Amino acid sequence: MNWSLVPQQFVTGLLNGGTIGLIALGIVLIYKSSEVFNFAHGHLVMFGAFLTWWFTGGGAEPGTALIDLPLWAAVIAALMASMGIGLLIERFALRPMTGQPLLAIMLMTLGLAQLFEGMTAILFGVELKSDFPAPFSPSDVLVIPFPGAFGDAIRLKYTLVATFVVATVAASLFIWFFNSTKTGLAMRATAEDHEVARSVGIKVSRVFGLSWGIAGVIATLGGVLLATVSGVSLNLSTVALIAFPAILLGGLESLGGALLGGFAIGLVQALVQASRLIEVRNSSEIAPYLLLLVVLLIRPEGLFGQKRIERI
Amino acid sequence: MAMLRPAGDFDRSYEQDMALLRRPWHYWLLGFSLLAAFTLPLWGDAYLVATANQIAYTIIAVQGLNILTGYTGQISLSQAAFMLVGGYASALLVIHAGLSFFIALPLAALGAGAIGLIFGLTSLRVKGFYLAFATLAAQFIIPWLSRHTFKEYLGGANGAIEVPLPQLGTVNFGEVSSYFYISLVVLLITTALLFNISRTRLGRAFVSIRDNDLAAELLGVNLFTYKLRAFFIAAMLAGLAGAIKAHSQRGVGTEFGYSLNESILYLGMLVIGGLGTNLGPFLGVAFIVLLEDLSDLLGGMLAAAFPELSGQLLTSFRPIFFGAALMLFLIYEPRGLAHRWQLLRAGWRLRPFAR
Repeated sequence: MNWSLVPQQFVTGLLNGGTIGLIALGIVLIYKSSEVFNFAHGHLVMFGAFLTWWFTGGGAEPGTALIDLPLWAAVIAALMASMGIGLLIERFALRPMTGQPLLAIMLMTLGLAQLFEGMTAILFGVELKSDFPAPFSPSDVLVIPFPGAFGDAIRLKYTLVATFVVATVAASLFIWFFNSTKTGLAMRATAEDHEVARSVGIKVSRVFGLSWGIAGVIATLGGVLLATVSGVSLNLSTVALIAFPAILLGGLESLGGALLGGFAIGLVQALVQASRLIEVRNSSEIAPYLLLLVVLLIRPEGLFGQKRIERI
Repeated sequence: MAMLRPAGDFDRSYEQDMALLRRPWHYWLLGFSLLAAFTLPLWGDAYLVATANQIAYTIIAVQGLNILTGYTGQISLSQAAFMLVGGYASALLVIHAGLSFFIALPLAALGAGAIGLIFGLTSLRVKGFYLAFATLAAQFIIPWLSRHTFKEYLGGANGAIEVPLPQLGTVNFGEVSSYFYISLVVLLITTALLFNISRTRLGRAFVSIRDNDLAAELLGVNLFTYKLRAFFIAAMLAGLAGAIKAHSQRGVGTEFGYSLNESILYLGMLVIGGLGTNLGPFLGVAFIVLLEDLSDLLGGMLAAAFPELSGQLLTSFRPIFFGAALMLFLIYEPRGLAHRWQLLRAGWRLRPFAR
């Protein structure tokens, strides 16, 4: 372990973890309301990032773009579009699958993921888009003095700090929405028991649609945050896959757990890079999955999940 | 599936009851398809033979997945990673231990099976999509290990090593037309071994675990050993398929695929063909491979028409077609092509009173 790098990596990991946690929230939301585990969420994240990039006039010659919006407007437009996409997915892909076994529903989301991968490639092209409009230039760095760290200071890119702030604010807003509004109450009731929810006048199919719509919004926001840090490419779907270990660590049923799991995964990914061994440094892409295996073996229900009791 | 038989058609002996080939046309069909398969290099062109070769080894991998997911009900997203293990094992045994390919092939299968057992251990703690996560972890960890460890043997960051061609005595399997026979013979052996599995003690135990694992345990099925056996068989067949694939592509490594998308592709082939049926892997693999050829054809035509977009047109039709086919099958025919075939046969037998 290279201890002088640890403070820097600790803070970087924590900041990255915010975005991971936000992405994880979208998956947990759908799981909580409809017991569907959405393997296509990573592709929704990627698609949202591409959509935002397209709304800012990306890819076209300057002045010839069909739509050329400033970043904030492009983000709003992409959020609206992805809400629609979420609703469409629920209506045409998941609703016909109601009552099917777990494997079939899981494969449905995997099929969706493939479809999105192909659609993104055909609509936006396969190469990396590095012209995603960044609100800050890479040289905008916040320097916090920290004796003992590498260079006696922690350097934070403004971009990273901004993504962290946006992610945590969005996640807190969403958790507040889920816990304290009437719509959130309806969603929680549906998560508890579909029939009971129906009997008190909640439209369960509308709640499913709403949760997919919100999940689409969260995915796109996560995609925008990932894109400001690393650019827009088809790889974003794989990057977003590390939300899975975060969810399992936090527990499938817990929104706060997903956020905390995101922080933990961000930390793990960053801290292995502080190692002196090159093999350990290289392992940052699989470290979350090793952690996932450990969680599955020791505590499959995660930190805050519900333990299942099975009856025949 | 219970067989529909006309009234008065009985089995008169135990042998008749157990027979797999029951009617004269079963023998004719088997004979003709074997004849067609074995003479394929004589009348087919190189492209057709290469496609048939690809179909043959992919069927072996999907047959393994069928045991694990179709019969035992354990979701696995790591079949491609186990193929990678088998491919590397066979290649390294041939290159560094100087073994003949025909000895390395079963050894590679056993090696892949052993790796499968390690990840299968997680299935004792978790099930459902928790297990899917464990296998997802395997699908990321195994290719990563191949790129970052033992670089002088596994090819390191190139993600590829060269694999020599198999030789038997003086016969050189350099041409795809001769190599095809290896795939075909291995496929015939695995099919013969697996054909009867749903009627054996092992197969029935697998099915009982799929239908309800707690009930199966109460009936005396040892979940520990049977789940591990399913993982072992699945990984072993994947290793077999991976070894054959590695030698026919003359290279193995992450450069040649073996990614998560490939694992998803195998699951999709299994579902489109029909989970838990003998026919399923054959129909599903043939369907998807032909669908991929079709999408390449369409992509090529469109790329010729719009050359400036050729980069994205050539690659994006495969996932679109595969994803759409998988979704449509899940909605309209979740039991797959094998079930369609059963319906067709039943309709033919009950004609003119079908439906």
